[in-house]
Amino acid sequence: MPMRTWWEDSPVITDAPRSRVRQVSVEHWLKAATDAAAAGGQLLALWAAPDPREASAAVIRAALLTHLGLLVLELRVHDGDLYPSLHELFPAASRMQRAAFDLAGARSDDLDSRPLLRHAAWPADAHPLRLGAMPPAYATPAADSYEFVRVEGDGVHEIPVGPVHAGVIEPGHFRFSIVGEKVLRLEERLGYVHKGIERRFTDLPAAAGHRLAARVSGDSAVAFSWAYSSALESLCGCTIPRRAAFLRALCLEVERLQNHLGDLGALGNDAGFGFGLSQFSLLKEQLLRTVEQVFGQRYLLDAVVPGGMRVDLSAQGARALAARTAAVAVAAGHLKEIYDEHSGLRDRFVGAGQVSAELARRLGLLGLAGRASGQAHDARVDLPSPPYDEIVPAKIVREDGDVAARVTVRFEELQESCRLVGLLLEHMPQGAYCIDIGRAAPDTLGIGLIEGWRGPVFMALEVDSGGMIRRCHPHDPSWQNWPVLEHAIIGNIVPDFPLINKSFNLSYSGHDL
Amino acid sequence: MLKTLRQITSIGIVTEPAPHVDDALRLRERLNERIRTVLGRALCVRHIDAGSCNGCELEIQALNNPIYNLEGLGIRFVASPRHADLLLVTGPVSRHMEVALRRTFEATPDPKLVVALGDCGCTGGIFGESYATCGRVSNVIPVDVAVPGCPPSPTRILQGILTALARSTGSTEAGDTPLMSNSVLPSG
Repeated sequence: MPMRTWWEDSPVITDAPRSRVRQVSVEHWLKAATDAAAAGGQLLALWAAPDPREASAAVIRAALLTHLGLLVLELRVHDGDLYPSLHELFPAASRMQRAAFDLAGARSDDLDSRPLLRHAAWPADAHPLRLGAMPPAYATPAADSYEFVRVEGDGVHEIPVGPVHAGVIEPGHFRFSIVGEKVLRLEERLGYVHKGIERRFTDLPAAAGHRLAARVSGDSAVAFSWAYSSALESLCGCTIPRRAAFLRALCLEVERLQNHLGDLGALGNDAGFGFGLSQFSLLKEQLLRTVEQVFGQRYLLDAVVPGGMRVDLSAQGARALAARTAAVAVAAGHLKEIYDEHSGLRDRFVGAGQVSAELARRLGLLGLAGRASGQAHDARVDLPSPPYDEIVPAKIVREDGDVAARVTVRFEELQESCRLVGLLLEHMPQGAYCIDIGRAAPDTLGIGLIEGWRGPVFMALEVDSGGMIRRCHPHDPSWQNWPVLEHAIIGNIVPDFPLINKSFNLSYSGHDL
Repeated sequence: MLKTLRQITSIGIVTEPAPHVDDALRLRERLNERIRTVLGRALCVRHIDAGSCNGCELEIQALNNPIYNLEGLGIRFVASPRHADLLLVTGPVSRHMEVALRRTFEATPDPKLVVALGDCGCTGGIFGESYATCGRVSNVIPVDVAVPGCPPSPTRILQGILTALARSTGSTEAGDTPLMSNSVLPSG
């Protein structure tokens, strides 16, 4: 069946741009996903929820990004039944399905059934999203064992790294299998910062969920709180004022600038060029101070609220922000010349951690890293919500897929975000910056999709008739990109791993939830 | 190379003075004067993310920028707890990081200081205590100083580190004299 038929038969998700949802049988689950994959579609997210109507069943959902729009498939599965795994169509599905079992108890027929988010903090038969009362704190977990894939042969040995890493970064475990200096295989084990976020959402009224959403991954706070708010607003049938949409986009582009500045400095430093870190971290600090002056906080963890924005932008604030981003654009331009001409940096960047366009497509690499490997997707352009239907970003795409390409994409996106900030400020509409959103429709799926600095941030939300969150699934693009990092490092040397890892800069917290 | 040098000289030195000690952040005090003097000259800090959303990490990284110039104060981040005098711990402690946090604490030689960072490190924050988190850092290891904020600013973090090192004045007012001065003074 062609993709268009699936699409046209599916009910529309209200107030979400080009998004549809349909309930499917087990056969159609696999067929629709196969047709989507054949039409060049990608898996955006896969998650499970307890079935509110039946205690011994769960609902699995898969959000597929196709050229027609976003199609969400819903499959009901009874306890004990295995549903068809999508990992052969979309390799990224494998980890999401393992997480769905850990949290909600619905098991796919994938052969890899190792726990992912569950280490030893709760027993295998206790699924946190299924338990009625808040699950108890189980006894202090002993360090558990995990079956890493063993690589064997002459001279092969393993280097275990983490969960506590050497730098100021998040925790996770990396198991390198190497010969000499060369990496034969990397296997990641994540889940160390699992904080029970999805379970925590169900304790909150829908009107308060945006604060937790912003803290799914602090570096993408605007993207997550906007995606959450937009999911809730779609359930309320509420359209935010144009000014609010412009202000949100302003914050989103500022967040992109903050992260790109931080990463460009860190990438220089990881390649032995400390000058880069000093310069970019200074630019970032100056931007943070302007943002604090304008919005009252350095990082915009509490800027976006359902209905609009927490604070308005003053004329003085707009001027300060315009001046600062213009200065950042000029300074970053000078620094790009220095980076481009520095032979030591070129030597480390070019060819390191390469992901070909074909591999990126097959593994579903998303966002910034995807665009550096020829995957021309950007939700701001492909599925725009206001104001990106008026203020259209340029897609920055490179084909090489190495560290150098990811650096270049950052440099160019930085310039593009500065341009967008200028346009948003110039065309900033007058009017309200926040409105009352009203009541959310219960038992309906609301979704939000925002292109954060790392890639598409997706949020799926359901509320009950009392206005409490029944299920909220935040999805960070790191889910798709972590497995690709395992491929990017193959054949590179161990000392290049920090540089290659940084060039992706994936979220642990956004993944571990 | 010329461009690089021109860029460096055009910016000059931008480092700001260090903040004052704030006894309001102190939970307990146990270092004797002699150790404080020794540590105060060159403090090695090991950061541990025990479950944070990564917001606090962004502000810890900012301490290394030229404005705060942490190394100018003789404080630096080290890669191993065995080299550390002070542990800077973020996050509500996730139950999956509980063992790693205890082991890192045990691997740090005595005398050692612990600074818990952020609303989550101080109280468990928005994540609270649950099947997945142990809540505040002091539920798992002893904490000397707790710095609230979501995330706390680099100035507050630095204040927390300096407070852990300083002798308590018995009052909750900020002290009059900074404990250490920048080896490089700010220009203008």
